[in-house]
Amino acid sequence: MEINAFLKNFADILDDTDAALITQETVFRDLDEWNSLTALSLIAMADEEYDVKLTGDDIKSSNSLHDIFEIIKNKA
Amino acid sequence: MAAFSVNDVAIKGISCSVPKNKELNVDLDILTQEEIQKFIEATGVEERRIAPKDLCTSDLCCEAAEKLITDLNWQKSEIEILVFVSQTADYILPVSAAILQDRLGLSTDCIAFDVPLGCSGYVYGISIIAGMMKASGLKKGLLLAGDTSSKLLSKTDKSTVPLFGDGGSATAFELDESAESLQFDLGTDGSGYKTIMINDGGSRNRINSDSLIYQTISPGIERNACQLILDGMDVFGFGISQAPKTVNKLIEKFEIDKDNINHFVFHQANLMMNKMIAKKLKLPAEKVPYSLKEFGNTSSTTIPLTIVTQLKDNLANTSQSLILCGFGVGLSWGTAKVKLDNIVISDLIEI
Repeated sequence: MEINAFLKNFADILDDTDAALITQETVFRDLDEWNSLTALSLIAMADEEYDVKLTGDDIKSSNSLHDIFEIIKNKA
Repeated sequence: MAAFSVNDVAIKGISCSVPKNKELNVDLDILTQEEIQKFIEATGVEERRIAPKDLCTSDLCCEAAEKLITDLNWQKSEIEILVFVSQTADYILPVSAAILQDRLGLSTDCIAFDVPLGCSGYVYGISIIAGMMKASGLKKGLLLAGDTSSKLLSKTDKSTVPLFGDGGSATAFELDESAESLQFDLGTDGSGYKTIMINDGGSRNRINSDSLIYQTISPGIERNACQLILDGMDVFGFGISQAPKTVNKLIEKFEIDKDNINHFVFHQANLMMNKMIAKKLKLPAEKVPYSLKEFGNTSSTTIPLTIVTQLKDNLANTSQSLILCGFGVGLSWGTAKVKLDNIVISDLIEI
């Protein structure tokens, strides 16, 4: 699993956010577009692209996209 | 592995009732207009039917049952089993099924009990009533499934209010040796019991002086301990993984050819979740009906309500095979393959 592909997948679930803002240091919760529905899109993306079940706790305990990437990598 | 079939029991008719009172999500003031538009886009829910204070699930189901009995031209004295599937019974005790037996004027020889399941409840209910009828030889039975979830919600909880609507249903079963077997896959994962729950008011946490104090959980989510908690993220993760699994299990166990299934009717959870489930199962869009837009998530009513409101004309005077799949609170799930052979589908009742 590759971080750049993951970041691209994450950028794809957003509509109004500049993809350049999406790096592994990005605190996803601080993005204007982040809300409970984008969280569902993230869970859907993890399931579809990596066959990983992300839980609410996984997301709540993460800050940066790198944290999410690591969780998915460890579960994959 | 709880996959099994029941022979000699046919579904003869389905009827549904909803409150007349309509609530539009665009009118909600607990969300901004922008949030509402995003919510509608993701969940597909635009309107919901909400019961007034004096209208309970049992009332909705009672009307649905009366209409169905009339449309089928059944004699009430012939009905020997009544199962009421609901999480919004009239009282903590006795069971509402007993009250309904009397209200409907059914025989005192009638078996009647409640099953307090939610989203998986319709499929579970079919398996319970069909299994008992087959085992005991009871000739006619009624499954009443419904919820008035709005009574369980905090009006200041944006995570639940825009999603749930109220409704009730009645489904008629008859012992019939020519019936094609009903096939089931049922399951449970209680490790997720906290995902959808109400904390206080049962016997683990009796209602107490703190139960009615409102707590702010996060911005836009205020509720007390007697109101519904929905952990949207975990429910979503559960739905998109478990629903395709249980449908596939049924298909593999009974070697079902998906092409021979006319419709796949899923519990109406939310559009994003349901679309993802249909996509994972590679189902053609025209075989997967939705009633979310007008009615939202009506708990155990969603499957019969989708059949009555979306498939009534399609099913008239034909014989069709359907796969029904419910999943949610428990966590619990159930999938069934049913043959609907010239069944009676009553017009939707609005009370």
